[in-house]
Amino acid sequence: MSISQDYTDYIAWDRLPHMWCPGCGNGIALKGLALALAKQGIPRHKVLMATGIGCSGRAGSYVSFHSFDGTHGRTIAFCTGINVAQPDLKIVAFLGDGDCGAIGGNHLLHAARRNNDLTVLEINNFTYGMTGGQFSPTTPAHSFSSTSKHGKVDYGMDMCYLVAEAGANYVASTTVYHTAQLNKFINEAISTRGFSFVEIASPCPTYYGRHNNLRSAPEMMEWFKERALPKEKYDELTIEEKQKYIMRGRLVQRDREDFLTMYMNELNNE
Amino acid sequence: MKDFLEGSHAVAHAVKICKPGVISAYPITPQTHIVENLAEFVASGELKTEFINVESEHSAASVVLGSLAMGVRSYTASSSQGLLLMEEVLYNIAGLRLPLVITCANRAVSAPLSIWNDQQDSEALRDAGVIQLYVENIQEAVDLHLFAFRLAEDPRVLLPVMVCMDGFVLTHAYEAVDIPEESEVDSFLPPLELREKLDTENPLSMGIVSDARFYMETRYAIQETMKEAIVIMPELKKDFIQITGRNLNVFFESYKLEEAQKVIICRGSVSGTVKEVVDEMRDEGHKVGALKLISYRPFPTEELYRALKNIPLIGVLDRAISLGSSGPMYTEFKALFQGKEGTPKISGFIGGLGQRDITKKHVREMFEKLDGEEITCEFINLNVEYLMGARKYT
Ligand SMILES: Cc1ncc(C[n+]2csc(CCOP(=O)(O)OP(=O)(O)O)c2C)c(N)n1
Ligand code: SF4
Repeated sequence: MSISQDYTDYIAWDRLPHMWCPGCGNGIALKGLALALAKQGIPRHKVLMATGIGCSGRAGSYVSFHSFDGTHGRTIAFCTGINVAQPDLKIVAFLGDGDCGAIGGNHLLHAARRNNDLTVLEINNFTYGMTGGQFSPTTPAHSFSSTSKHGKVDYGMDMCYLVAEAGANYVASTTVYHTAQLNKFINEAISTRGFSFVEIASPCPTYYGRHNNLRSAPEMMEWFKERALPKEKYDELTIEEKQKYIMRGRLVQRDREDFLTMYMNELNNE
Repeated sequence: MKDFLEGSHAVAHAVKICKPGVISAYPITPQTHIVENLAEFVASGELKTEFINVESEHSAASVVLGSLAMGVRSYTASSSQGLLLMEEVLYNIAGLRLPLVITCANRAVSAPLSIWNDQQDSEALRDAGVIQLYVENIQEAVDLHLFAFRLAEDPRVLLPVMVCMDGFVLTHAYEAVDIPEESEVDSFLPPLELREKLDTENPLSMGIVSDARFYMETRYAIQETMKEAIVIMPELKKDFIQITGRNLNVFFESYKLEEAQKVIICRGSVSGTVKEVVDEMRDEGHKVGALKLISYRPFPTEELYRALKNIPLIGVLDRAISLGSSGPMYTEFKALFQGKEGTPKISGFIGGLGQRDITKKHVREMFEKLDGEEITCEFINLNVEYLMGARKYT
């Protein structure tokens, strides 16, 4: 298969139009991935997208390379299996904040700890989009959703810090409004060996927006523009203040041995 | 007074008037409207309960296990993948003899992913020690939820009860339903009093390891309770009828079985279609009838035998399959007649998987097929053109 230079080669145009709502951010994140793959000239047969179950997970239908869909929450565990069986495949998990941090949170933690060679793109729309806008672990405290009519009573989860602490090689966070940074982070993530994680804040005007007085996509984009703070500033906030802001920046970039390399070395040393 | 309600909302109303102290759930289509509506009741102050939204069904089932262990009435609901994820904990809840009430909004199981209706998910829990009741319509869903709390919590029972209602067909459909008054429910359903629970005043160990000397007895005890439930259920049903003034079937519903020569056995919402065909065919002079199964676990063997013993031709319509064998209800009915005198000819049909239509035409065809050779496992309304590649044996 020839090497692609054009991001459009990675999109399955014949499967469009997509099912996402007008103003949904999933498409921008998907384009970011296609751009990164094109930039690195990764042949289509050498890349696999494993998706979560959710709106973001529909992305697997819109790519022209391998895609894999299993059950809700297990995406990263499936990726671990795929990775050890086929180490030369570039694996990208594309999944929602629910899949990644709620039902699949344990897999996230342990894949990061093992430093499996995967890239996880977590599309954080602050809600369970697919099932109708219930709150998720990343929904900020006091926000409204179909399961928190009076405001959510627990704090949003900081997946970036969690994954960084657990041992990931690359961790970054941004929004789909900041596309240049988004594209750069995705590019860095997929070129890092080991566990890479990018949290991508993305608008869901249909649910998160509607429940929180951000009814249109432009309003949500404005919100990202105002509320996404560079990491240094974000780090100065109290935990209560952090509920109102999004972090933008790179937390970790390092070169710890990934799981499979370590495993092979151990075997060879025996 | 009757209210015009969506199936899910009707269930939420029924659960509300039973006043559970703890509700825990994780969203999954087509269960979501039930728990969202309950969340609204909690938010508006109409329902005073601890409503915990957790990170997965496994956690939801675990939360209600914990609250029940404290002796607090608890409720959860799920579907499909979610129910399967709860399975480990539901086995535990049954083994610990905790009276959970759970709604299953019946949905097909992945892969391929399907959000649509069939009954494969609850079938997967058949052997868990959970009482399973299947409803045909929304009124029955309301009534059997009230009944479920009473049955689960009866000190002679103390087992989880799952009310199974077809996803979308019932959860998302509207019907005029009678929701009993809270005072009526209060007299039907006394507050939960667990004799054995976690209590700081009277410490006890729950869920300890049991070695080969004790394990089997715990399973035997559940089996015995399931048999006793067959005696207890009609008793509780009498109370229900007395208080609500409404009839309630708890084992099954016999529909025009008098002098019937051919009967279709079915479960859940499809029963409406089957009954309509029975009406039409009766008008045309055919001696046909239907039996709608409600209580799958416990399986009321004797009562079913008495209802069916004079029927020569029976068809069983399963909306799930025990892959590698046949329809699970079908095998159950075959076994029921095993060794009995005058065993009928029983045919098994599989239909409606992933919400494939079962129309009146299909029901009629099933009735017609009962005249021919006995069929073990025939898929109805199968689209042969979609059978792919190597799997297309011609
Ligand atoms: C075991 C299981 N539980 C629940 C569901 C229902 N479900 C489908 S998608 C989803 C959440 C979607 O939220 P998220 O992962 O954040 O993705 P989004 O739709 O927001 O992109 C849920 C709860 C499921 N498919 N499987
Ligand atoms: S519901 Fe939200 S996340 Fe899902 S497609 Fe619509 S905008 Fe996107």
